[in-house]
Amino acid sequence: MTEEHLRDGSLVLGDARLKSRLLVGTGKYASFEETREALEISGTECVTVAVRRVNLDASQGPSLLDFVDRERYHVLPNTAGCFDAASAIRTAELARDVLDTRLVKLEVLGDEKTLLPDPVGTLEAARELVAQEFDVLVYCSDDPRMCVHLAEAGVTSVMPAGSPIGSGQGVLNPNAIRIIQELVDIPVIVDAGVGTASDVAAAMELGVDGVLLNTAIASAREPLRMAEAMKLACAAGRHAYLSGRIPRKLYANASSPLEGTIDGAGPN
Amino acid sequence: MKIQLNGEAREIPASCTVASLVTELGLRPEQVAVELNRRLVRRDLREKVELQDGDELELVTLVGGG
Repeated sequence: MTEEHLRDGSLVLGDARLKSRLLVGTGKYASFEETREALEISGTECVTVAVRRVNLDASQGPSLLDFVDRERYHVLPNTAGCFDAASAIRTAELARDVLDTRLVKLEVLGDEKTLLPDPVGTLEAARELVAQEFDVLVYCSDDPRMCVHLAEAGVTSVMPAGSPIGSGQGVLNPNAIRIIQELVDIPVIVDAGVGTASDVAAAMELGVDGVLLNTAIASAREPLRMAEAMKLACAAGRHAYLSGRIPRKLYANASSPLEGTIDGAGPN
Repeated sequence: MKIQLNGEAREIPASCTVASLVTELGLRPEQVAVELNRRLVRRDLREKVELQDGDELELVTLVGGG
């Protein structure tokens, strides 16, 4: 039961109603056990997965799906690794067949070095997936006009990159993120670029609806401790945003009364 | 007959369905998805679809990702 002073709505993504605004990836962990623990500690209710060819040479041991409790988490498949609309659409269809979910995180990338989203392919794939009744969460650049086009195409959420995937640079252009929030009426989730807890808090303080991250937890020296840090940062940033921060001012504003100080204590 | 399976040539018996191949390979059917000649074979149709010589098959599953 949430205390009254901490009340907050849910983040609604298609059929998913999320209390936690942290979305967490499942890549790069040392083991499936560590993945499971990190997800649990992070408090997330929505986790991303990727679609890849079955390894036919390896013996069929446990798989990631054995470690992700679908009663507890909404599973959000991505189209990572796709560099054109057609393969992203095929990947989304394959993921839906395994998971029986309408959710998809659409990624259509431009090139391998930057992993920046290709806007033309992204918009094309988004339109097709919306037509196929997917709930499409779109990884995109922090370009406000691109986000408007995506929203008009009927996507469920825009997910602008704070900075390049896995770069740990945080949100490089907070003003662009704020403009996106003004221009679209759908959830805005900062996806990619988070390096540490303060990046998550800063993003949430902008008023975004959520943050999606993976590497910042999985590749931290102590992933489980970082998972805790991210949970706290997400909640801290959200509450700070909802609280309404004080305006920034150039000069000081004393917290203690200036009157009634003892003789000789005032300014010279 | 010969098919392309995840990009590699593979010999399979004649009159093999998508479902029987998945089982034959020791895969857990509920954890894979199948594409035949770049079109999804829906889960409920796997038993009905018979493979032909020269077919290109993709067998995928879900792995860790962000």
